[in-house]
Order: sequence, then C-alpha cells, then structure tokens
Amino acid sequence: MASSLNKPELIVNGKRLDGRDFGELRPLKIEANVLKNAQGSAYLEWGNNRVLAAVYGPREATPRHTADSTKAIVKCRYSMAPFSGLADHGRTGPNRRATEISKVTKEVFENVIFLNEFPGSEIDIFIEILQSDGGTRAAGITAAAVALANAGIKMKDLVYAVSAGRIGEHVVLDVNMIEDNYSDADMPMAISPKSGEILLLQMDGGLTKEQLRKGMEMVIEAGKTISKAQRDALKDIYKK
Amino acid sequence: MGALEIIKSDYIRELVAKGERGDGRKDMDVRDIKITTGTIDHAEGSAQVDLGNTRVLAGAKIMVDDVHSDTPDQGNIVVSAELLPLASAEYESGPPSPEAIELARVVDRGIRAGNCIKLEDLFLGEGKAWTVYVDVYVLNYDGNLFDASTLAAMSAIMNARIPEYKDGVANYENRKEPLNITNVVSSATFAKIGNSILLDPSGEEESAMDARLTIATDGNVIRAMQKGLSGSFTIEEVDKLAGIALEKHQFYLKHIEKAKR
Repeated sequence: MASSLNKPELIVNGKRLDGRDFGELRPLKIEANVLKNAQGSAYLEWGNNRVLAAVYGPREATPRHTADSTKAIVKCRYSMAPFSGLADHGRTGPNRRATEISKVTKEVFENVIFLNEFPGSEIDIFIEILQSDGGTRAAGITAAAVALANAGIKMKDLVYAVSAGRIGEHVVLDVNMIEDNYSDADMPMAISPKSGEILLLQMDGGLTKEQLRKGMEMVIEAGKTISKAQRDALKDIYKK
Repeated sequence: MGALEIIKSDYIRELVAKGERGDGRKDMDVRDIKITTGTIDHAEGSAQVDLGNTRVLAGAKIMVDDVHSDTPDQGNIVVSAELLPLASAEYESGPPSPEAIELARVVDRGIRAGNCIKLEDLFLGEGKAWTVYVDVYVLNYDGNLFDASTLAAMSAIMNARIPEYKDGVANYENRKEPLNITNVVSSATFAKIGNSILLDPSGEEESAMDARLTIATDGNVIRAMQKGLSGSFTIEEVDKLAGIALEKHQFYLKHIEKAKR
C-alpha cells in the first residue's frame, strides 16, 4: 500500500475517479485465438490492463518425474512485463508475488479441467501482463479460461475472475490500480459461474462481515457480463 | 501418492464424513497451543509456537534501511518463511517453494493489513527507517502452518525491543523500547474435506483436504483471506467461516497475551 501522504480523493460526487459507479466494471474486450503456435490463446483488454494468455498441451509432462499416471498436471506461469507499469521498470522473471499468483491460478484451473482425461501429461498456462492497471490476476484468469477453451481442453465450466474492494464506506467492484494503492480493501475472486462456487479468494485490507458478503455478491452479479464477453470471444473465432 | 497415503486419506475422509476427527476433536476445535517468547536472545524478538505437533519459530530482526522512494515517511515489515528440511520428510533443501512463499505472504498480509505496526512509527528521519524482518522457521510440520506462523510472527514482534539509534547507527547492545503494536491479528484456517469443514487441520487432515481457507481478523474486521488448493467454497460457507474466525480471535488473543513479555 502506498504512502498516505498524497492520498487522492477516490470518490467524488458518488462516482469513482474514472467516472464509474460502485458496482460498475471497466470496459472489457476479449479476443480468442490470437497466437499461431499455442493450442489456445486469448488477448484481453480490461480498462487499461492488457493481457495475453496462451495454453500449450496436453503434452508429455517434463521432467518425467513430475508426471502423474492418473491425471494431467497443470502448470501456470503468471508474469508481468518489465514495461507493464506506469511509473516503474519491473524486473524480468518471476518474483514472490508472481509465484504466489501462479500457484493460486493453477489451483483454479485444476478444479475445472477434466484432468483424468489426460494421464501422464501436462497442460501449460502462460499469462503475460503486458500492461497493468490493477486486477491483473483476475484479468489473467479470465483470459486463461478463454485460452483453455480455445485449446479444446475439456472443462466443466468457463471460469471468470474479478475483484471487489472497499473505498471508505463503499464496497466497489473491479478495483483499478490507483484505487488498489489507496483503497481500504481488495478482494480478488474467481468463480465457476454454473455453480457459483468460489475457486479463488484472496483479500487484504479491512472488511466487516457485511461488507464481505456484499463484495462477494457483487462479484457473482458481475459474472453475467464477464462470462458473456468470454463466450462472445470464443464465438467470434468462427465468424472470421 | 503411494498406496499407504491413499488408504490414509480415504480413512480420514470416511471419518470426517461421519463427523469425527482422528484426534477426537470437534469440527471447530483448535489443538493445544503453547507460545514461548524471547527464546532467541540475538533476535530483537522471538517466539516459538506449538500447535499440536506443529512447531514454528519466528525471529524478528530490526535493521536500519534506506526508505523507499514511494514511501519516504515509512519503514517496512517483511515476513519470510522457510519450510526447513528437518521439519518433514516431504520438505527439501533449496530455494523457497511456492508453498513457503504463499505462507509468508499470507502471514505478511494479515499483519500488514491489520496495521499491527504503524509503518510511520518506524521512520527515523533523513531518509532512514527501521525494517522489521520476521522470519518464520517451520521446525516440525503437522498441519496448519498458517495459523501457527501468524501466532509466532505476531508474538515475535510483540516481544521485540528496538535497538538504540544514534547518529545513524543502531546499537544492538542496548535494546529497550518495544515496538508500538497498535493491533493484534490472528488467523483461522479451515480445511474442506468432502462436504465437511474443519478448523485447524492436522497434517493427516491436510493430506486429505480438497480446499483450504485462511481468514485473518482482529476480532472486529476481516484483515486478510487466502483460499488454497483446487477445491471450492460457496459464498454461504465463506460467510459462515468469516463469522467463526472473528469469534475465535478472542481465544487466540488470550494465548498471545499470556505469552507476552
């Protein structure tokens, strides 16, 4: 969290800095099948986030000792490009934050992929954040779900993710970078929309039990819009 | 998984489905907690926590660092965790595993989000500030490292004494003032096994669990959460578990206060 010295007013006249209502998503645009070599891929623009996801596999698990003779293993790499931030130059390669995000993202997709169909193999999910503006792990999961579907990998559901947060007394949806830096809570979630089950849940800041409930309900409500954008991206492949 | 592990895991799942636990606990019972503070003299603060057979040791070192350019009026707190190879047959030497990194970051988030130490209080002036390094050493693994490590890290910073600071130099021979602890956070970790949910999972329960949820609170407000593994939780479950975590804080707080010195 940034210094409180120069904290901006995040809500003016009942609107957020970028003009959104509390429960409003940033503009979301997804395109599937954007990379030639990958089995499946997706490019996503979500507010100022720019995210590329690609899927390779199922292919032989390497090194061989990592293979599971009963099911496929999922590997995930979430990574931020050094030029993705507005004011900083990041380092290449995974840091501690990226390692944690890669782990929880992998666990999300282990839930929905029919792993038993591909024993001995691995499925690789690569998420590259080309430009970051808050909520990149949610954007990455939303893009990766489309890339997995594009790769023809059997899944029980098309997962989406988005974060809720709190600014003062207001519970808000889809927290952007400046809000995340100065907000009072941030809660990324990934949802399996058919069942409403929570596959990813992280949070830090401060939420009362009531605010937690409201945030979770906002994330479920937002699923209609996000899921539609994901499905439309997959349909559009066949219109070209 | 070897055959023996699968049989063990199936046994736990059957037991839990009947509403029972291997050690006779009820679903929301926590194992015995023992906290010993000040065991490492060289560290500014330390605490060893036994949670059942899980044992972790946290050491706090307080060092002078340059301030970060984006937070010129603050110090910092950094939590790390090591899953030592002596703690379990499963752990190996080498760089920190994703599991160790996740553990450290979740403990860090709870303490940071809970404002347990006001980072402004660590500012020394002239571009210098204290960094509080909390290193969690897992000495024996028997499940629920998250709650044990939060108890240990919290107790270690409450046990810490700040070195005397004069003319840009820290004197570690002279440590008197405690850190200004402005909030106390505890965490409650739940394991979902089939359709059952258990607080404070043991090692064998963790080997059978589908999903894990850690909720850190200060008794009034939820400060941090982390879901782990490939299983899922419903909104209703999270809602209910948040209530339990908020209630359990008093219980953990009593143990922390009792060990404080």
